[in-house]
Amino acid sequence: MASAPITADGARFSRRVEKFIKHLRHGDEVAHLITLLAAASIIVVTVMVVYQLYVNSAMPRHKFGFEFFTGRTWDPVSGDFGALPFIYGTVVSSALALLVAVPLGVGAAIFLSELAPTGISNYLTFIIELLAAVPSVIYGLLGIFVLVPVLRKSVEPFLKSTLGFLPLFQGPMYGVGMLAGGLVLALMIVPFIISVSREVLMAVPVEQREAALGLGATKWESTWQVVVPFARVGIMASVFLALARALGETMAVTMVIGNNPRINPSLFAPAYSIAAVIANEFTEATGDLHLQALIELGLVLFLLTILLNGLARLVIIATTQKGAQGQ
Amino acid sequence: MKLKTSITSIALGLVMVALGVCAFIESPSAAPAPSALLLNGTGATFPYIIYSKWFTEYNRIHPDIQINYNSLGSGAGIRQLQAGTVDFGASDVPMTDDQLHQAKVPALHFPTVLGAVVATYNIEGVSQELNFTGEALADIFLGKITKWNDPALAAINKGVNLPNTDIVVVHRSDGSGTSFVWTDYLSKVSKEWETKVGRNASVNWPVGLGGKGSEGVTGLVKQTPGALGYVELTYAIQNQLLYGRVKNSAGVFQKADLAAVTAAAASEAKKMPADFRVSITDPSGKAAYPICTFTYMLIPAKIDDPAKKKAIKDFLHWMLTDGQNDAEGLLYAKLPKDVVARELKAIGQIN
Repeated sequence: MASAPITADGARFSRRVEKFIKHLRHGDEVAHLITLLAAASIIVVTVMVVYQLYVNSAMPRHKFGFEFFTGRTWDPVSGDFGALPFIYGTVVSSALALLVAVPLGVGAAIFLSELAPTGISNYLTFIIELLAAVPSVIYGLLGIFVLVPVLRKSVEPFLKSTLGFLPLFQGPMYGVGMLAGGLVLALMIVPFIISVSREVLMAVPVEQREAALGLGATKWESTWQVVVPFARVGIMASVFLALARALGETMAVTMVIGNNPRINPSLFAPAYSIAAVIANEFTEATGDLHLQALIELGLVLFLLTILLNGLARLVIIATTQKGAQGQ
Repeated sequence: MKLKTSITSIALGLVMVALGVCAFIESPSAAPAPSALLLNGTGATFPYIIYSKWFTEYNRIHPDIQINYNSLGSGAGIRQLQAGTVDFGASDVPMTDDQLHQAKVPALHFPTVLGAVVATYNIEGVSQELNFTGEALADIFLGKITKWNDPALAAINKGVNLPNTDIVVVHRSDGSGTSFVWTDYLSKVSKEWETKVGRNASVNWPVGLGGKGSEGVTGLVKQTPGALGYVELTYAIQNQLLYGRVKNSAGVFQKADLAAVTAAAASEAKKMPADFRVSITDPSGKAAYPICTFTYMLIPAKIDDPAKKKAIKDFLHWMLTDGQNDAEGLLYAKLPKDVVARELKAIGQIN
């Protein structure tokens, strides 16, 4: 009945399909679309997470307002919640971890990329990357059974007898506490710093080294004054990655930090981190206010991560003029 | 050449995504045989071992009934029962009046087995079982008694050479029914504890170190000279921990064992309210260990599906009779006889 129009339509359709396929041959649009979707989905997930955290923490936000950030009491029985001891514990333990891990990690990366023979370098790098895959509960157990006794019996008494005049090294020595938390975190993030920094250092063009050597620099001068500054941005990036992991680490920290929400200047004293208290109390939180206060802590951790990452980025911008010119 | 590869890889990617979606859609059809009735429960971790045993055993006797249990914690058990997303909940702590009001369907409490909490310690040179009183434990956890040779401890431990060392208090850092029972007991024996700290799964501990889980507390106690912590009796027996006797309200220093725990429930049975929501810490019995608790199954009072209703009622009946025989082998204290009798009657309240 209507066969003629159908054939015409069909012909038009097949032409269109042909055109479309021809278009696709280039692949650009498809690739563009897929990568765009990938990027957009990450942003959508992030926004949704923040939205959920915000909506589900309405009760403590209204009850405590800004005082949630400054309150020092965390009492599920009377319903009084303040986040300051947890913010303090998270920031100080992560800072302590970076203080130990950055020199260690960058030093090891320089050795592996610049000084060690290739065979040894590859072998060691393989082992270091294995370390990054060890589950955090193993680091926690290692902390409890190996690190904590050493800290209690040797390291902390030594620190107390030599540097005991500082408030950092006073008070009773349990082994578990802020110092143990920071050290276990350092151990956990060192592999990230080494692995990424080594890659970045190896990517520095050989010409840079040859030029430096050609101008009469020693091997170390070429490494320290040319190669490392050139790779500075990448090394910084490895430090951020490590910082992000330290801020959010839960299991290993809670096993050794002592889990006591009090602010104490001594590194020997027990402390508590945001991620640890959420993991500890979430399953048995029966009161709505308690549960929502824990969710608000999640929001605080998110803000803290953004804030610290922002600060770190400022540091990069301020210090990388040299590196940028080099490229 | 390059273009072709990219097209091939895109096509391959799309095919894989499609396959993945198909697999995802089809997977539910691989679920258990349609004839089996599935009951879902969520709740406390403490009774997980005996519940798994009961549910497997019951499925063996009644192959048409399958019970899944998710041990996410008492809080999750209460929450999911309130929301009506599970067929039953489980909790070490009875629901409060507020929590019962918030539930979509009224919930009934059925005690299943009993647990106890013991004080474990690590003092150099002391391998005896120490004696404690409730007041002394409260004062230690309040930070008022700080040395092992404090007169309050020395007076009840004649003949033990208690050293002049600091007591390091260790408590659970994760919210836990164990902490609830412990703080509930301390609240009953010490007014100061009740007003300053109170009873809850997580509290604001005045002093001490927090360990995650029973294994965390045990780890800290074993590692730290002078430490005093608390763990479930089951855990202490399994791991052969040294733990102390506690003076009960009849004045006897009672060691915690399964019989003493059942005795605690028996001595409180007469005073028990009709809905079984009761704390049995600090009981009156002479043979009773004072820091004990029921653990509960939380059952909706009204179940619409007749098949499910029958299955739950039948299971409760079996659990209260044959099931109780499994308890002691798994280191849980079984229910006293009169409590069982009252619960069997209470099954009739499920409509």
